[in-house]
Amino acid sequence: MAPNGKLKLGLYWAASCGGCEIAVVELREKILLLDEAAEILFWPVAMDFKVKDVEAMPDGHLDVCLFNGAIRTSENEHMAHLLRRKSKVLVAFGSCAYEGCIPGLANFFDRNSILRRAYLEVPTVENPEGVIPQPVTPVPEGEIEIPRFYNTVKTLGQVTDVDYFVPGCPPQPHQIWAVVEAILSGQLPPKGSVVGANEKTVCDECKRIREEKRLKKFYRYHEIIPDPERCLLEQGIICAGLATRGGCGALCPTVNQPCRGCYGPPPNVIDQGAALLSAVASVVDADTEEEAARIVGEILDPAGTFYRFSLPASILHRARV
Amino acid sequence: MSERFEPRIVAFVCNWCTYTAADNAGVGRMEQPPNVDIIRVMCSGRIEPAFILKAFALGADGVIVSGCHPPGDCHYSNGNFKTFRRMPLVERLLAQFGIEKERFHWGWISGAEAVKWAQLTHEFTERIRALGPLNWGKGDSHLEGDCHL
Repeated sequence: MAPNGKLKLGLYWAASCGGCEIAVVELREKILLLDEAAEILFWPVAMDFKVKDVEAMPDGHLDVCLFNGAIRTSENEHMAHLLRRKSKVLVAFGSCAYEGCIPGLANFFDRNSILRRAYLEVPTVENPEGVIPQPVTPVPEGEIEIPRFYNTVKTLGQVTDVDYFVPGCPPQPHQIWAVVEAILSGQLPPKGSVVGANEKTVCDECKRIREEKRLKKFYRYHEIIPDPERCLLEQGIICAGLATRGGCGALCPTVNQPCRGCYGPPPNVIDQGAALLSAVASVVDADTEEEAARIVGEILDPAGTFYRFSLPASILHRARV
Repeated sequence: MSERFEPRIVAFVCNWCTYTAADNAGVGRMEQPPNVDIIRVMCSGRIEPAFILKAFALGADGVIVSGCHPPGDCHYSNGNFKTFRRMPLVERLLAQFGIEKERFHWGWISGAEAVKWAQLTHEFTERIRALGPLNWGKGDSHLEGDCHL
């Protein structure tokens, strides 16, 4: 705690989109309560602190660091180690830090194909000299170094020791507040717990009418206007709710969109993608091998669909390319 | 010069049909390669796709899933229906992860087909031997060196 009795808080972003930062601001008027309770000592996206300010802190100086974003570059990893050292409690905040999330889908490719695509092949890129960023570039004045772009996206927990995990892309503000309250009251669960979420699945929170799951056909989102009352999976739309941890309040199904799985696997499930594949395929209404193969063949991109948020944290972590 | 590659193969088989076939193959003194490690489960419908992924991640070079013939052989009447609904997707998933489809075999062997089991273990072992080791997690694609374009 700071001398004024406030919680010393740090917030950082690595490979992420910024949505987790917006989710913090979405605490709305409660952010004033956060400011009353906590002294923010590092938050690059919102406040003017520098990395050297963190480096100057004694080890364990921060009471809590909310770290969002995956580990994509050597700089991300460096900051993960630095903030681990400077924080008593390190929280993997949001899906990227927890399980890799959308940046983690890059693990279906390798570094070279990603760089080639982004800097040479994308139609809107103008790069006639074919310049690709290099870790070290000689210039007349000396050498310029930029962080190394890793071949594999990792989760925060795969590069350093993490105390708690907050799922969600982004975490829902009411859940963030619940976590803040838990921290302030000192009533935290055992180390390694997933906090700011529920112990059941999204289906448990979903108000839609469930009858029987017997799928003759899969639809992509643009191919169907779903009935707003009935279970989306029963209508042939792949909804990840049944293999996803609850806590969001079934936000997406409530607005007629299928759950995409951003809260990660439910308790006791290691591999969310495999669990979702298993559940979705088993309710296909086919009594012959040929029919089953035809119906599941309609799922266009199984790996990308089932592992949309969890590829780096999955059993296989990445594809072999 | 180099020693012959001995593949490590994990076979998830159901208690009622394929395990019985494997057992009969042993009792019948049928020759089988020692490369296949059998994991007996009650039903092929119990085999979660995660089991298969984990086998590959932990060092298997090939995986077999085998149960009772559909439609009528399943001890639980339609557990194997779940198997044939899931496994075509698992095949495609593995391909997207860069695991060759030849490394994964799924199908049906009844308790009376001990010869078929013995043949499968031979053929599959030789197929994987020809493919070479999978070495999941140890390939070049996992290296973090400075090999920029």
